[in-house]
Amino acid sequence: MMLTVLALTPLVGALVLAFWPRSADPRSAKAVALLVSVVALVLAIVIALQYDPGAGYQFVEEREWIPAIGAHYALGLNGIGLTLVLLTTILTPLVILAAWGDRLPDPSRTNSYLAWMLALEGLAIGVFAATDVFLFYVLFEATLVPLYFLIGAYGGAGRSYAAVKFLIYNLVGGLLMLAAIVGLYALTAEAGEPSFLHSDLLGLEIGEGTERLLFLGFFIAFAIKAPLWPLHTWLPDAAASASASTSVLMVSIVDKIGTFAMIRWCLEIFPGASQWASPVVLILAVVSILYGALLAIGQDDLRRLIAFTSVSHFGFIILGIFAFTTLSTAGATLYMFNHGLSTAVLFLVTGMMIARRGSARISDFGGVQKVAPLLAGVLLIGGLSSLSLPGLAPFVSEFMVLAGTFTVSRPLAVAATLGIILAALYILLMYRRTMTGPLAPGSEGVRELDRREVAALAPAVVLIVALGFVPQPLLSVIEPALGPVVAAVSDGDPVPTHPVEAGASEGAHE
Amino acid sequence: MLELSWLLIAIPLAGAALLLLWGQRSDAFGHLIATAASAAAFVLGLVMFVELLGREADDRSVTSTLGTWIETARFHVEFAFTVDQLSSLFVLLITGVGTLIHVYSIGYMAHDERRRRFFAYLNLFVAAMLTLVLAADYLVLFLGWEGVGLASYLLIGFWQHKPSAAAAANKAFIMNRIGDVGMVIAIMTMFATFGTTSIAAVNGAVGDVSATTATALGLLLLLGACGKSAQVPLQAWLLDAMEGPTPVSALIHAATMVTAGVYLVVRSAGIYDASEVARTFVIVVGLVTLLVGAWIGCAKDDIKKVLAGSTMSQIGYMMLAAGLGPAGYAFAIFHLLTHGFFKANMFLGAGSVMHAMDDDVDMRHYGALRRAMPITFATFGLGYLAIIGFPGMSGFFSKDKIIEAALAHNLWIGLGAMIGAAITAFYMTRLMMMTFFGERRWRDRVHPHESPSVMTVPLIVLAALSVLGGALYLGNWIGDWLEPVAGHAEHHELPAPVIVIQLAVVALVAAGVALAVWLFRSDVPDTAPADTDVSILTRAGRHEIYTNEVNGVLAVFPVRYLTRFLVWLDARGIDGLVTGTADRIGEASQGLRATQTGYVRSYALGIFGGALVVVLGLLAVTLG
Repeated sequence: MMLTVLALTPLVGALVLAFWPRSADPRSAKAVALLVSVVALVLAIVIALQYDPGAGYQFVEEREWIPAIGAHYALGLNGIGLTLVLLTTILTPLVILAAWGDRLPDPSRTNSYLAWMLALEGLAIGVFAATDVFLFYVLFEATLVPLYFLIGAYGGAGRSYAAVKFLIYNLVGGLLMLAAIVGLYALTAEAGEPSFLHSDLLGLEIGEGTERLLFLGFFIAFAIKAPLWPLHTWLPDAAASASASTSVLMVSIVDKIGTFAMIRWCLEIFPGASQWASPVVLILAVVSILYGALLAIGQDDLRRLIAFTSVSHFGFIILGIFAFTTLSTAGATLYMFNHGLSTAVLFLVTGMMIARRGSARISDFGGVQKVAPLLAGVLLIGGLSSLSLPGLAPFVSEFMVLAGTFTVSRPLAVAATLGIILAALYILLMYRRTMTGPLAPGSEGVRELDRREVAALAPAVVLIVALGFVPQPLLSVIEPALGPVVAAVSDGDPVPTHPVEAGASEGAHE
Repeated sequence: MLELSWLLIAIPLAGAALLLLWGQRSDAFGHLIATAASAAAFVLGLVMFVELLGREADDRSVTSTLGTWIETARFHVEFAFTVDQLSSLFVLLITGVGTLIHVYSIGYMAHDERRRRFFAYLNLFVAAMLTLVLAADYLVLFLGWEGVGLASYLLIGFWQHKPSAAAAANKAFIMNRIGDVGMVIAIMTMFATFGTTSIAAVNGAVGDVSATTATALGLLLLLGACGKSAQVPLQAWLLDAMEGPTPVSALIHAATMVTAGVYLVVRSAGIYDASEVARTFVIVVGLVTLLVGAWIGCAKDDIKKVLAGSTMSQIGYMMLAAGLGPAGYAFAIFHLLTHGFFKANMFLGAGSVMHAMDDDVDMRHYGALRRAMPITFATFGLGYLAIIGFPGMSGFFSKDKIIEAALAHNLWIGLGAMIGAAITAFYMTRLMMMTFFGERRWRDRVHPHESPSVMTVPLIVLAALSVLGGALYLGNWIGDWLEPVAGHAEHHELPAPVIVIQLAVVALVAAGVALAVWLFRSDVPDTAPADTDVSILTRAGRHEIYTNEVNGVLAVFPVRYLTRFLVWLDARGIDGLVTGTADRIGEASQGLRATQTGYVRSYALGIFGGALVVVLGLLAVTLG
């Protein structure tokens, strides 16, 4: 019941907020939202502390749900799911705290704004915990609704267009997945009992052609969500129109569903088709890395810039997943967490800049470091983590992805490595244009961070630094969960050509 | 004691963290904390060095592990640090010169309102640089490698309000990242080949792999070294980096960080021993850079840029020596140390001059400063004698050994190194003549004065080291000391007796000095002649051999236009396809529209409400 309670906590909180009296002090609603998200975080930490890295799926709940089609209400966490549940529950309180001062198009609707955020948190937890693909699908689609409202009703200019584009893009993906799910139903029904349970699908015998079609149905849905080039074009528009908090929920958490689901539902259920598709997917991933980075360099809108950096980073994640090595897939999973943190810092701090300046255009800023050194410092740390500076969390995951990929395909890994030059360009050019030089007219009003804002940013910054040096707590949870995945899609990791026992040749150089 | 090497890093790192987190409340005394942290690291380093001295030669490498960084089934990296003959010398150089420069900066940055932050960054630099030289694993080395890059970025751009400083900081970081691509690929190759990135393990096993792999590793590491050490073709950032405060130029862009590439090559001796091709590339890069840097040094009027060109050139000597293999490793490190002394001395001297001249860097506005600034003149003069290789000074020994080793390897490379010595003598004499001799060409309202003792004392110490640094070579001490790390130097046949070579070098140096004295003895115009009035060599030198233009054509413009094209394509092409489809569908559904409200959000709310009811209903049924 732990997972149900965890997922229901924010959902119930959302319901409470939906009926919270509008006449009440808006601060009371904010306090409730923050409290609920903190309770969820505490629950998630309790779960994490009880989690045993070596023991497979845990906190398992399984009940019949719709017996007619074999759908179950089945939840369970492995190391990958746990990592993303932690990410979700850590970021939500920060996002709510950061949204405290958001100026909404309709200020009287603060309650519902916060309610949608909590609803999204609950649904995301459900997605990461679902071990029945039908339940997964329902929750996956359900996350669209809160996000649609968060973008469409509480965003900035162009929000309606962006929200519709977001919705249609993702509905198309969902439709393909639905078709594949119907296909899975037919297959399992043919084989005996219809079932959508992850454990039942693992051993399913599927013909080659069918497997590839079903794989594509799932994969395209996830590639839109992630997003993978060339299915990325909804993301910059959505990020540019959404509030900073919404962008964090969307890019840091919900988009991770795409890459998370690639591991759980593509690699594990359709290993043959995953191998078949991997050459193409790997190339698309490298294109994403370079294309997203180049597009980020060319942006003048802070939010679009961050959205494109995410396209690049998702490229790394997908590269790591489809390289099928233990190192690269573990790196990719860790990358999901780290990218969530670094992107959260970037979206939130630029959101604060935009709210102060009244513009998201990079060219409207200049010399801000002079008037807001702390804000500049946080932007720099967020930026440096985005360009994977060693010592900050994303470096470890990026290196693992690259090194793992290198053992499988040197050309692709080398091409992807060029992304680190482009990352330095998109971050440092943006920092230079906004923060350095003489104070630009109009930037005088960009005041320093206040205490609430520091409280919203500091935990993520601290985690980014801490995980840069001590990634092991997460890695030791993640890696065992990937063993079976990698075993399903590959014949084992490539071994070093001239293996050396580390430390065995101390002072070996004569 | 030697197991506590991590403390060397932790002390300055704590200093940096303290100053940054404590904030403005530590403005009044932050610089003292930082200086104390650097000094404490120096004392600790000294204690460790003494302990190493007391040990047997084969017992002088101590690796200790602080903890695990990355541990997976196939890949394992520990925060392990090695104190040995090589790293202990670097520790002394970094913390020793570093502490002197901290002291100097107390005076130099006294009137800067962001002084505390400056000192925090200096401490951060020291910590990162120590990580680089102490690391026992290439990935940990890379952590320090990028860490010094960050500190360099922060300090070059310290005066952020100046657009030129911010631009220079970006240029330095981005050009270094190009080199870092080489580093990352090299480290990945190590992992794929050996399954480990431990420095000792890789260099111990590299003899067993194919020559291709060894060469690839050597060239990739060399790419990284070129970026960090400002060697051709990645040298263009160093001259711009002079935008940083002068103590930064002295510490990071002369004495320590820019020599990291040389350290990397020597530390990777196993890899370079295994590849003749890679070594040849190192020699060529070093030789070309030593000539190009000297050429630029001859043409610049900005005192810091002359010294920066000189730094490139001197590091070229070190690279060249490192490329010679065991015959040159020890001399590369020897020259690296003496250069650290005399170049830091001269950069700080230049800072002292600038301090007196209202931050003017144009030597054409100097002249006759030897009377106004006697201590600065005297200390700078000793550094000058050291760099040109005046017999008996530190630079004489260290450069001479490199020239001899180069001659023994190949006559032409040796001759190139000798010509470099003559050019060095020329541009350094030019600098001395224009700054301290001749007539006054001071701007109005400039009243040169000697700097306060907090600045001159470090100058005196460094000047003394510039003179005496040659003592490291007494009885070939440095060669013997480094032999367990750098390998045994075979005795090579020289094309001429040593004394003849030494005399020839001294004669070349004297010629360079004489030419510069004669040309700049008087009548130096106080504005630079126009580009059209100077020789093509001077013009090219002023424009840094047009390397910025070359980089523009080869890299900057292609990326810029590719970016613009892709931005256009993304909106028109990819997204255009999607939205175009959407428009067609939209037109087709015009007819249906009348029957609907047209608000997608109301539909979505309906879908969500319906789904929620169904889910909750089924849940209730199931759970109940």
